[in-house]
Amino acid sequence: MSIAISVNNLSKRYRIGAAETKFRYNMLRDVLVDTVYAPVRLAKALTGRAERKGEQNFVWALKDVSFDVEEGQVLGIVGRNGAGKSTLLKILSRVTEPTRGTVTVRGRVGSLLEVGTGFHPELTGRENIYMNGAILGMKRAEIDSKFDEIVAFSEVEQFIDTPVKRYSSGMYLRLAFAVAAHLEPEILVVDEVLAVGDAEFQKKCLGKMGDVAQQGRTVLFVSHNMSAILRLTQEAIVLNKGQLIMRGPTQQAVDFYLSSGQAQAGERIWEAEEVPPNAAPFRPIAMRLKDQKGRVVDTVRSIEPVTVEMEYRLEAPLSGLRVGFYLSTMRGEYVMTSFDTDDASQYEKHGTRNAGHYISRCTLPADLLNEGRYSLGVNASSFGVRRYFQDEQALAFNVDISGAPGTQWAEPRQGPIRPRLDWKIEKVE
Amino acid sequence: MEIHEPTIIYIKPTTGLAALNLRDLWIYRELVFFMVWRDVKVRYKQTLLGMAWAVIQPVMTMLVFTFLFDKVAKLPTEGIPYPVFSFTALLPWGLFVTALNQGSRSLVAHNNMVTKIYFPRLILPMSSVFAGLVDFAIAFVILIGLMLYYHVTPAWNVLWTLPLFLLLAVITALGVALWLSAINVQYRDVNHALPFLTQFWLFLTPVAYSASIISEKWRIVYSLNPMAGVVNGFRWALLGSGNGPDLSLWVSVTIAVLILISGLFYFRSMEKTFADTI
Repeated sequence: MSIAISVNNLSKRYRIGAAETKFRYNMLRDVLVDTVYAPVRLAKALTGRAERKGEQNFVWALKDVSFDVEEGQVLGIVGRNGAGKSTLLKILSRVTEPTRGTVTVRGRVGSLLEVGTGFHPELTGRENIYMNGAILGMKRAEIDSKFDEIVAFSEVEQFIDTPVKRYSSGMYLRLAFAVAAHLEPEILVVDEVLAVGDAEFQKKCLGKMGDVAQQGRTVLFVSHNMSAILRLTQEAIVLNKGQLIMRGPTQQAVDFYLSSGQAQAGERIWEAEEVPPNAAPFRPIAMRLKDQKGRVVDTVRSIEPVTVEMEYRLEAPLSGLRVGFYLSTMRGEYVMTSFDTDDASQYEKHGTRNAGHYISRCTLPADLLNEGRYSLGVNASSFGVRRYFQDEQALAFNVDISGAPGTQWAEPRQGPIRPRLDWKIEKVE
Repeated sequence: MEIHEPTIIYIKPTTGLAALNLRDLWIYRELVFFMVWRDVKVRYKQTLLGMAWAVIQPVMTMLVFTFLFDKVAKLPTEGIPYPVFSFTALLPWGLFVTALNQGSRSLVAHNNMVTKIYFPRLILPMSSVFAGLVDFAIAFVILIGLMLYYHVTPAWNVLWTLPLFLLLAVITALGVALWLSAINVQYRDVNHALPFLTQFWLFLTPVAYSASIISEKWRIVYSLNPMAGVVNGFRWALLGSGNGPDLSLWVSVTIAVLILISGLFYFRSMEKTFADTI
């Protein structure tokens, strides 16, 4: 077997000072002060002083990462937000350069993230196929030969000569995906964490990934969904704070990932550098799990209610914001999703939230969850507008079932929920 | 499915002014074509007058100039009818301004491409500049009409001198666009400075007036502006006005080439951080 990707001591350093030096134009005073200092900033920028000053504020997104991927291998990459997964993929697809270290890649790297890049709403479907193909590095002859296949796959034959701005969003996405799917790269990179689109689309991505792997091509797969990682990959690497901390058979790697750094005693605190700059103006502070007495806990009793708490700061007013959580099992199956403005009256009351410090909390009722380990993810978004912040694995906790229904029998019960149901037993004969 | 030997790509930090990576530019040459084609195709979509805008802009400017500088100010034009005189200059000037405006904004305008996929970033400012050539060609038809109307016949050598001066205009525009587009990635001040810059530059270029009004001792300093060389060259090649190639032209050429080469290196040195800072 030959090596498809060889990564040697790869490091990437980002400057983080930039986001903090940005001026806030909240008050007229800020604007005036800013204007007065403009010549000073210009002088600094021209003489390069600003650059040097920023040098203390660096963060290593990747640090001395080395690994090889064999041809035809499907490798999973797991890690928390900010562990360096996306940076690694960006370097592999040459979007950004490493600070140190080298990578040798045998073959063309394609990514399902690129769907629709370079699509222009005024161009027709046909024109966009050629345009997008060229952007992805296809030769015109190559696009010619696959054109019919792409059109058939996208199911938009009738509208192929209509400007794509008249397409429904589904048609648009299908066409974009069809082009990316026919690129036939030797190495395919799938970053599910960043993938756009609905569940159907994500399913299509995974399907395509499976096909590519079957054809014996190399695949790198990033996901927060452990069941997808387990299903689709045989081997995985675990990244933590920019370093590769583990490589092994997927089952082992996933267990290692889930058990390390997850049990943070019922509390997850986000440091400033862990929050991506594009989360602004939303700034997560902490997520906590509390018992009835208000103590932070990492093991909760199934028969007691438990409080989920999100603490955050808004640096600017936001309208339509919803802060909520995903509850999922450790195998990646979702149990439920809930947002703080799900209730219509709540939504009306908090339609626009002013800048400030907030806590959104809710109570999970007693007799809800079955025995096991669960994870809580955070999502802060404005529906249809933007997702400000997401961390699918913010917090992990255990559920203890002592006293729950059915515990008189020492047997594991199937399913993630364990409600206390009101059984009636009636003798009919 | 055809089987071909996969290409091997080495990814490493590029240091210094090392490779301009012209090889990749060559591999992606079709993308330049597609970007230009898209630019041209899209630019006048959903407009009533369409491609006519490529003509309307310089013609209207020419009419205003004719009124102001010919009828009112009575500027000297070395015996050439003022409409032809100014239109000859407005053509390369229009090319330059379009290239500058589109080129300087090209990286930021395509930031979704820059942050998602690899391709030689040079393609973006380059194709913006080339797309301006299409407008130039359309407006050129009007110039031919004007020249026929005013009975101005160029010398035969126009066939090779004009393309060379056009090349000089493209070199200048590309060089400046490379500098500004790369700076624009980090400092959006460029967006605000552009209208001012182009206006200022117009005064420094003999578009509305004749370069002959510049006194002899300032000629060399004046031609540090490569566009002065371009405009004078266009007038000389098409209308036979002025002295033709002399020392001041070579000053313009040298500056233009310096801007382009320094622009290429500056662009390349900033290219590696585009995706991170844009």
